[in-house]
Formats: sequence, structure tokens, C-alpha cells
Amino acid sequence: MTPAERAKQPPAKVPRDGPKLTGPKLEEKLAETWSNPPGFIGWLSSVDHKDIGRRYVITALIFLALAGALAIVMRLQLSKPDNDLIGAARYNEIFTMHGTTMMFLFAVPVMQGMQIYLTPLMIGTRSNAFPRLNAFSYWTYLAGGCLLWVAFVLNIAPDIGWFAYPPLSGPQFGVGKRADIWAQMVTFTEIAALAAAVSLTATILKQRAPGMSLARMPIFVWATLVTSLMVIFSMPSVALASSLLLSDRLVGTHFYNPAENGDALLWQHLFWFFGHPEVYIIFLPATGFVSEIVATFSRRTIVMYPIVVMSLVATGILAFGLWVHHMFATGLPRIGYSFYTAASMSVSIPTGLQIFCWIATLWEGRPRLQVPLLYVIGFIFTFVIGGLTGVIIAAVPLDLQLHDTYFIVAHFHYVLIGGAVFPLLGAITYWYPKATGRMMSETLGKVSFWMIFLGFQLAFFPMHIAGINGMPRRVYSYPAGMGLELPNLLSSIGSMVVAVAVLLFVINMVVSLRGGLKAAPNPWGAPSLEWATSCPPPKYNFPHIPVVDSRTPLWDAGEKMSVVHGLRVEERELLLTTVMHAKPDLREPSAEPSIWPFIATLATTVMFVSSIFSPWAVVIGAMPVIIALTAWFWPKSPAPEREPVIS
Amino acid sequence: MQRGGAYLSLCVTSCAGVQNAFGGQGAEDANFVRLFAVFMVVCTVMYLIVSAALVIAVWRRRQATRTIEDRKHHETSAATRPALIVWTVLIAVGLVGLTIASFFTDRSNAANGSKPRLSLTVTANQWWWDVEYNSPDASKIVRTANEIHLPVGVPAQVTLKSNDVIHSFWIPNLAGKQDLIPGRVTDAQLLPRKTGLFRGQCAEFCGVQHAQMALDVTVESKADFDRWYAAQLQPGRPPANPLQLAGYRYVTTRECSSCHNISGTPAGGHVAPDLTHFASRRSIAAGALPMNRGNLYGWVADPQSQKPGNHMPTVGLAANDLHAIVAYLEALK
Repeated sequence: MTPAERAKQPPAKVPRDGPKLTGPKLEEKLAETWSNPPGFIGWLSSVDHKDIGRRYVITALIFLALAGALAIVMRLQLSKPDNDLIGAARYNEIFTMHGTTMMFLFAVPVMQGMQIYLTPLMIGTRSNAFPRLNAFSYWTYLAGGCLLWVAFVLNIAPDIGWFAYPPLSGPQFGVGKRADIWAQMVTFTEIAALAAAVSLTATILKQRAPGMSLARMPIFVWATLVTSLMVIFSMPSVALASSLLLSDRLVGTHFYNPAENGDALLWQHLFWFFGHPEVYIIFLPATGFVSEIVATFSRRTIVMYPIVVMSLVATGILAFGLWVHHMFATGLPRIGYSFYTAASMSVSIPTGLQIFCWIATLWEGRPRLQVPLLYVIGFIFTFVIGGLTGVIIAAVPLDLQLHDTYFIVAHFHYVLIGGAVFPLLGAITYWYPKATGRMMSETLGKVSFWMIFLGFQLAFFPMHIAGINGMPRRVYSYPAGMGLELPNLLSSIGSMVVAVAVLLFVINMVVSLRGGLKAAPNPWGAPSLEWATSCPPPKYNFPHIPVVDSRTPLWDAGEKMSVVHGLRVEERELLLTTVMHAKPDLREPSAEPSIWPFIATLATTVMFVSSIFSPWAVVIGAMPVIIALTAWFWPKSPAPEREPVIS
Repeated sequence: MQRGGAYLSLCVTSCAGVQNAFGGQGAEDANFVRLFAVFMVVCTVMYLIVSAALVIAVWRRRQATRTIEDRKHHETSAATRPALIVWTVLIAVGLVGLTIASFFTDRSNAANGSKPRLSLTVTANQWWWDVEYNSPDASKIVRTANEIHLPVGVPAQVTLKSNDVIHSFWIPNLAGKQDLIPGRVTDAQLLPRKTGLFRGQCAEFCGVQHAQMALDVTVESKADFDRWYAAQLQPGRPPANPLQLAGYRYVTTRECSSCHNISGTPAGGHVAPDLTHFASRRSIAAGALPMNRGNLYGWVADPQSQKPGNHMPTVGLAANDLHAIVAYLEALK
């Protein structure tokens, strides 16, 4: 029988399919099937992507607050020349903690948290792929963050910069356990990021609602797919780098020791091969937020969808060819530098195209100036400055002066705060009703937006000047009389304004949780599937899995959207679809809640933390990990009885 | 950008400029200033285009009709495609132009160092600079620390090494930075075009006192340089009075001499700055303190409170010894 003939046959009757349910009875049964076990253990066992995404985002925001507080301490120290508020050693710890926390514990995790929360809702499925792996991802991330911050409280925090260049981080100069804690924290967060990325990639490729071909995916989902693949390709590089560093420190290998034919620059290649894509792992999800917000608030589809998608993909690929521009001062061959100059400049082409498409969408539409769109407009005004200073420092003769000065500090804060945090704050305002069922206050939102936007410019624009006036990065003080007093004072004042504004934003989040206006299922009149269910969504996301026939299903099909029938109700079951065209493919069971991912994280944490002190910890500590993983993956046979299915 | 312009002019008029990338006193830095101006013009134009488009896009919203409310949310006006092509060409031409400008500036910088007439080796240490003027004649080698003197208009080749961690050699008024990496030898080319007193600073985080690792730079006429060089070739001045003699005895027989070198005396350590002509320098402890008697007392008595974590121990000197050491060091012109 050929496949064509087989397709014409009536579908085989599945013996386990029972009576067909619909309406409130269906929702009641689904809620029972998809709910967490009761109590604290049940809370720890949750594999619901919404729980995990929310935990990720809230944890990351707490780390943002902690690292932000450190930034304020640094700005106080630098507010006047030759200040002695905090000493050199403490300052070095603080800037290391600030950078490490912001990059590894805030920026990447908060984006992955948003992706974990939103992706299954946006593509119309009940859960993500590998939900237990996803739970493991969160717990591992939390353990890594706790390791770093407990170390800070115990005064054994790393003081080697977030980049940890050997030999400074090596056994000879990085005395104590500070560098080991940094390297092991990286191990935790990279495992967490990889686990989340694998789960997201599989979710997007196999669990899209029927009809949502790749060409109909929301742009945020495209951004998620591209960044998840980037995580999968780039994280192994830093995993390798930090493992080699740990083994240099723990068992006396000499990977980075020039005295024993090791190479200090090997670290920089491995680190930046990860470190540069990392920037885009943070930035591309933000462009996804921007695309969704621009479309909804312009009241139309994004202009030139294929260009936006191709730009995302192109940026993701080009990001792997730029790492050497972090190493222009290391004395590599000059002609090689020219290649990386050209590569670095070329990455602004896809970004320029995306900006064109967003502005064209606003131009063609009827923009509603509500808080999420204000953040997008603030994003464009700010990010473009960061992009253009990026073009400036792509040129070797300019970079050799500006590299490792406050000009760079200004540049990457324009790119990361302007380019990623502004869209994130807009996205939090935008999706807040989806997650909580309440709207955030528009007035308070506008006040904090303007304070953040203007305070940011005041804090970071003068840093360009400080850099040109000869202020290197990572200095705890600077001498008077070099033209650094005014720019630093302005930066310090601006940073306070931003801190107050972020506090207002958080107050808005907390107060609106109880006092905000109740949100309808689609309060902004948005086109994508996450708005096709209630606010907040039920545990099972959608009573009926929707069927999609355009890029903007809620605008085109609206209430008349077709739905999928026949999925099981009393067991967690998902509909898998084909990778390209999202044709229905398989019915797949989805994992039940389990405490074992949490226990596996505990075992992994014990192994990793004790391996800071002895290599034997790897051998002995692996056993509990193996036991936990065995229990986690213990197979269950399906129940033999007939069960109800969705009508 | 207008705000940026205001800042820039504010800075240019108020900067003392001893450590400033807009100084332009070296050939490479002059190239930097020129190329930076080119980039600023192109980037400002691009920024104004984007800003104007964004403002108009938001402001003209009442005239728009292609929205969901009009059931035209999938439509796009015919002008979008040509506009996209023009925008792409504009970006591409701008980037290619800037890349070419960058490439030729880079070639010009490389040419600065092709015929060096002065050769020196700078070796970085946590947190000071060891400076050696190379010469095929061993008696013409000058060794100093935390300062370099350069004759104006003479291309100098600087060989860069590190004894411990990665540092970066940066004298913004003269040229861009270059890392000093243990296990590797790198180099920098300096071609000073104007005389003056400048300041360099380590630009790669190198440990606890990274912020206090500066380098005093003097660019002077050839005649002044030759005079300085001849003076540096002399051994350290012998003590001229009983107090200096007591200091001399302490420095050359006690803790100091195990790390510091003073030519012509038994003090021959090479793990700390050479002190042969210490008092002729502008600063103490790699730019941490200006050179004067008060700072010298403070430094010798308790280096750990002046620059915490540096590798010079606080030895707990008796008052008499402290007076004597300072008197001797002050005489090392």
C-alpha cells in the first residue's frame, strides 16, 4: 500500500479512545489531569511551563535587583575622583558580581523564562516538550545563582571580572576559591540554558498547532527558535572553557599556563566564541517582543514578515563570526583584523532591515501610544545609538583606542539595556494580563517609562565621553583633573533616576496583582494564539487545540477558529505536528509532574559544589545523580482502559 | 545627538587632556581623531534618518488606513519595497565606505612603525611597568620604571611582555592600546608628533590594583631626550650627607635591596621598580601618588595603606630609618 493509498483509508479506530467530552465537563476533567499534586511537594514537582516560566522570570528579576543595587554602589564610588567609599578589592568583587549576575543570572534566564512561558501558548499547545527537563533547567539555574550569591555573602565571591581571563583566574594568581565558584556557577547556568533551549527547540519544531507552518509562526517564536539553536551551538564552548579552567585549578593541568606551553589566549577564543553569540541570545528575543508589540499596537501585521525572519536567522549565523572583535588588542595578525571588522559591520545590515520593518509597520498602521509601544519607541531611539557605536568600535583603528574604556561600557549598556531591557519591560507590561489576569497601571507605567528612558540617557551617554577622556573600565577610582569628574557625576545621578524608576515599575507590578483592572482574554486586541485563551490561562492552556490558517489567527478567524478533536482527556496528551507545515502527525503523551527533577538538581548541586574542593567529588557525587536520573526516567506503561476524548 | 554634540564640546574645552584619545599628539592617535570624525558624520546622518522616520511614523498615524479596523491589516503600500531597497543600499554603501576608511587607516598605522629609530621593551607586572631602552651596546641600555621618555618625531618600537597576568599598554594621546600577554611577545609603534607630558594606564583588568597602574610619558625634543638619556645612564648618586648615608645603608642592606635595583650600589633586586633615578620621576608607585616628600613618607612608611594589595610589604620602619630612607631616595635624581 503506497502512502497515498493509505491516506485515503478511513482512520483506524484507536481501541483506547472512549466517550467524547465537551463544554464545562471537558474543562473540569482537563483541569484535573493537568493540575499539580497538592502541597509543597506538588509545588516542587510542577512541570507546567507557565509555573516554570514565571519562576524563571521572577527569579531573574530578583537577580536584576541585586545586580542593580551593586551598580548603584559602584556609581556612588565613582561619583567623585579618588573616592574611598569602598576599597579596591571590594570594588573588584562588586563589578564581577554585577557583570556575572546580569549576563548569566538575569539577561539570558529572563529571556528564556519569557520564552518558556509564552512559546506553548503562542503556538497553541498544552505543554512544552520534555517538561521535566524544563523543571530541571529552572532548579539548576536557581542553584547556580544561589552558589554565586551565597559566596558573595560569605565574602568569597569571584573578583576576576565576568570574563575571568586566565592567568588572573588561574591557580597562580586567582588564589582561594573565588575563581572556582565563578567557573562552577557558569557550569550550572549553562546546563540550565542548554536544557531550556533543547526543550524550546523541540516544542517549536513539533508542537505547533495544526496549520501553523513555519511561515505562519509569530516572530517571537522565530526569535525563540533562533536563540535556542544559538544556545545549543555556543554554550558548549564556554562549558569547555570553564571545565579546562577548573581542571587547571583543581588537578594542575596547564591548558592556560604559558609557562607549561599552555596558552592564555585559548581562553579568550573559547570564551568569546560563546560570549559574542550570548549578546544576540539576549537581544534576539527582545526583537521578538518588539515585533509582537509593534504589530498589536499598530493594529496590523508586521510589514515584510519574511525580511524580519531572515534577518533574525542571518543575525544568528553572523553572530558566530565576530568573536575576534573582542580581541583586537591581543596582537593577532593585522590582516585577520580587517576580516573581523568587515564581519562585525555586516551584522548591522540585518538589524537595520528589522528596524526598517518595525518603523514601516508603525507607518502603515495606526499606532496606539500605550506603555508597551512607548518602550518599543524608546528601544529604537536608544538601541540605534548602541548599534552605531558598535559600528564605530568594529573598526580596528577606533577600537584600539576605545576598547576596555567607558566608551565600551556605554556602548553595551545602550545595546543591552536599550536593546533588551526596554523591550523586556514593554513585554512584561504587554503580557502581564495574560499571566495574572490583571492590567498594570497605565499612568504609573508611563511615569516609570519616561524616568527610565531619560535617566538611562543621563546615566550612560556621559560614559562615552569618560571613555574618550581616558577612563579605562574596571577601575575603582580615577584621578582628578583628567576631565572625568563631570561625566561620572552625571552618570551617577542618572543611575539613581533609573533605580527609582525600576522600583516604580516593580511597585506597579506588585500593586496591579491585586488592584489592577481585570483583563479580558484579549485586552490589547492582539492577533496571536496566546490571547485565544483566558487570562490567566488554565493549566491545560486551551480546552480545544486551535487550528490556524494565517499569521494573525485571532484577527482573521476570530471566534470561528477551527479546533482539534480526539485528544485524550484523562491523561496528558499532546498533538505533534510536522516540522515544516505543521500537519497533524502523532498523539504524544506528556510527562506527569515529578519531584525527581528537583532531587536530581540537589544531587547535581552537591556534586558540583563539592568538586570545587576535591576531584573525587565528581566520582562519588555522580552516584546520587545517576540514582535520581534513573528514578526520573523510570518508564510507565499506559493504562489499558478506554478513556474519554475531546469532542 | 544634539545633546551629544553639547557634551562633546563641553569635554573638549574642559579636559586637561594628559590621557585623552582626542589629544592627537601621536601619529596613530591623530589617525584615530580623523577616522572617528568620519564615522561620527556617517553615524549621525543614519541616526537622524531613523529618528525622523520613527517620529513621522508615529505622528502621521491618523492618516493611515491599513489596519485591522479597516480589514486591511495584511496590505502594504507599494512604496515599501523601493524604500526598503534604498535603505539597504544606503546601509551597505555606508558600511563599505567606513570599512574601506578603516582599512586604510589601519595600513597607515602599520606604516608608522615600519622604520623604528628607537627600541624599548616594556614589561608589565602587577601593578607597575618595567621599562628598558634597548641597545646593541650593553653600556647604553637604560632601565627605568613607570615612565617613558620619547623624542618627538622619532618612530619608536615598543616590545611588550608580561611577567604575570594580561595587561594592556595604553597611552591614548599617542596611540591605541596593545595587550601584554604572558608567554607571548607583542609590540606597539609610537610616533609622537608633539611634545608634552602625557599619562598612560593599564587597560586590561589585572587584579586588585588595576586602577593604580599608570605610566608617565614625556615627549620632548631630541636634545632634551638625549640629556635625559645620558643622565639615566649614570649610576645612582652616592649619599651626600650622614642622613642620606644612613638611608643608603638601610636600602642596600635590608629589605629594600632584595627587590629593588639601584645601579652602582649593592641593591640589585629585579622584581620591583628600578630606583636608580627614582627622584627624577613624576610619580610614585605607577602613578598612584604625585612625587613629593609627603607622599614619599607615606609610601615608604606604609605602602599597603596607599595602594592596598600591592606587592611591597609594610615593614614597620623606625622613625630614624624612615627619615634616612626618604632623604636618600629624594637624592636619587
